[in-house]
Amino acid sequence: MVQKEAEKILETRELSVNMGPQHPATHGVLRLVLDIDGETIVKVTPYVGYLHRGIEKLGESLSYFQALPLTDRMDYVSAMSNNIGYVVAVEKLFGIEAPERAKFIRTIVGEMSRISNHLLWLATHALDIGAMTVFLYCFREREWLLDLFEMICGARLTVTYPRVGGVRNDVPQEFLESLWKFTDEFPSRILEYETLIDQNRIWLQRTVGIGIISAEEAVNMGMTGPTLRGSGVPYDIRKHKPYDAYDKVEFDVPIGTTGDTYDRYRCRMLELRQSNNIIRQLIEKLPPGPVMAEDPKFILPPKDKMMPITHPTKDLAYFILEKACKGCGMCMRACPAKAITGEKKAPHKINQALCVNCATCLVTCKFKSATVVPGGKGLSDEKLAELAVAPDQLPEDIKQAQQLLVRQFEFIKKGPKAPEGELYVATEVPKGELGFYFVSDGTGKPFRMRLRAPSFIHASCLPRLCVGHLVADVIAAIGTIDIVLGECDR
Amino acid sequence: MAVTEVRISIHTTGLDPKDIAEKIKGQFPDQVIEVAEFRDQVSVIIKRDQVVAVLKYLHDDPVLSFDHLQDLTAVDYKGKKDIRFEVVYNLYSTRYRHHIRIRAQVPENDTKINSAVPVWSGADWHERECFDMFGIEFTGHPDLRRILMPEDWEGYPLRKDYPLKGPELDKDWPGFTDVLKRSKELREFDWEG
Repeated sequence: MVQKEAEKILETRELSVNMGPQHPATHGVLRLVLDIDGETIVKVTPYVGYLHRGIEKLGESLSYFQALPLTDRMDYVSAMSNNIGYVVAVEKLFGIEAPERAKFIRTIVGEMSRISNHLLWLATHALDIGAMTVFLYCFREREWLLDLFEMICGARLTVTYPRVGGVRNDVPQEFLESLWKFTDEFPSRILEYETLIDQNRIWLQRTVGIGIISAEEAVNMGMTGPTLRGSGVPYDIRKHKPYDAYDKVEFDVPIGTTGDTYDRYRCRMLELRQSNNIIRQLIEKLPPGPVMAEDPKFILPPKDKMMPITHPTKDLAYFILEKACKGCGMCMRACPAKAITGEKKAPHKINQALCVNCATCLVTCKFKSATVVPGGKGLSDEKLAELAVAPDQLPEDIKQAQQLLVRQFEFIKKGPKAPEGELYVATEVPKGELGFYFVSDGTGKPFRMRLRAPSFIHASCLPRLCVGHLVADVIAAIGTIDIVLGECDR
Repeated sequence: MAVTEVRISIHTTGLDPKDIAEKIKGQFPDQVIEVAEFRDQVSVIIKRDQVVAVLKYLHDDPVLSFDHLQDLTAVDYKGKKDIRFEVVYNLYSTRYRHHIRIRAQVPENDTKINSAVPVWSGADWHERECFDMFGIEFTGHPDLRRILMPEDWEGYPLRKDYPLKGPELDKDWPGFTDVLKRSKELREFDWEG
């Protein structure tokens, strides 16, 4: 009787709850609109795009070599892997082969990046679910890896260390020693995390049977990486299409069975061990040799052989030949030190006291009037006029240095020309499959640069993972797909 | 809830992409326009009318079994080709490990193509992004809205006729107007001949 009365008075209806974009558990600026019936999720609508910076459009306006730093800003948690994905794709487009040592180094730093990414994922995923200690433990080891990154390239997050055709510089010996020590200690650290949560009753209740997705459905939705392998699909690009040095190491791929949050967590934990193992094998096998491809078309000329700011052997002075100068003023406008003066259509002059020896006048002059006097530093203008010769009569080594300088100007301004064609190259980044699709029209800039970001696809799977569960499980679902919104929105 | 580690071979067992292209040609002889190859990757350029039928055939055929839609995007060939847009599907078979690229032509005056969501549900957001960036409408898509740009945005940013930077950039920043002024002053020094 009372119950019937209550049912008459009370009504039930669905409620819409806005979660994010500023919510600590959404790992960035993800906004979810949850339609809930009591505590149960009925519908989830994700809204992305708050971090959209138009990297694809920007990439079309930059040369292939200039767009590299943009890829750091996509998945800023594992910037190294993004760089590697980009350079592998561009190398394949140009047909460049990186030297063996560079490939090994790239694979080492790529796996380091995978470990640091998974540590951050574990830290935040555990924190979201309520295990605070794991967060602090993970950051301890991640700090070590970031210090190692700093040792090789000076940056901790946005590294831009790999280059098209190799890596920026060779790794120091201390780096390898410290990394070896890290790989010695790391397995025991993984055990520490696992003691905290692996059999923890709260952890099991929050993850087992949550967000189950079958293998067929996961592939159909476009899931990749550990998120897919948790469902039992052995799809790993490191094995399917080996790039860099992945065909020279032995490792296993962990795959789950049920495809729930716990399986995906276990997959990533086992991947940590495999990555650790890969790094150890690579350090042992690391071959000697150069770290940049030798092809002069695709690398900047060596700085010590180029027309220099200060030539290592000769004190240079720059001088304008009076006879050849037509007074066009090109050099005057180009000179960064404002050392060149002169009237229109009359010979110009370089003020030797102001000249910074940058050789800009040499490159800009079209009438072969700007020249260089070896050993002319500190001499008077009259003396220089006596010594100066036309640029095409200069000694051979200085001529070569000048040509290298002109080549560098061209390289930076236009970029090397790519062959005409189109190409899709995918690499395995910690979050899944990062694909680059280039359409080249034969110029130095891509006609179309497309980034296939794993986080973008994984974010679209959120509704599928959440519906039917409780509100608290949305947090676990966001954690388990491991998204970074910088990569999602590009 | 048992996770096992498996050793996967690195050797590919899939079909040659050229054979796949031949198969598509044999199945849909009037749909295939051209087959292009670059760096061991093969693209099949098709008409848009039967695109879903072609994709469904590639997905369902037991020998091909393209279960993974790697990427779906569009390219704007303004000024390069007669038919302005192309929708690009990168397909992969996680079972047999082969790859093929399908390119469907979409003309400028009627930017419509059938949606691939019934074949791969992962095409959902890709198609929304395509609509957002290129203005290509996917008929049959369950929820075609803008995704990365704001809902009230005008224009399609990745089209070639869309500017890289807005017009207010050279108005507001005084440094740039200074440079422009200086270059105007110095223009009389330009040497012509």
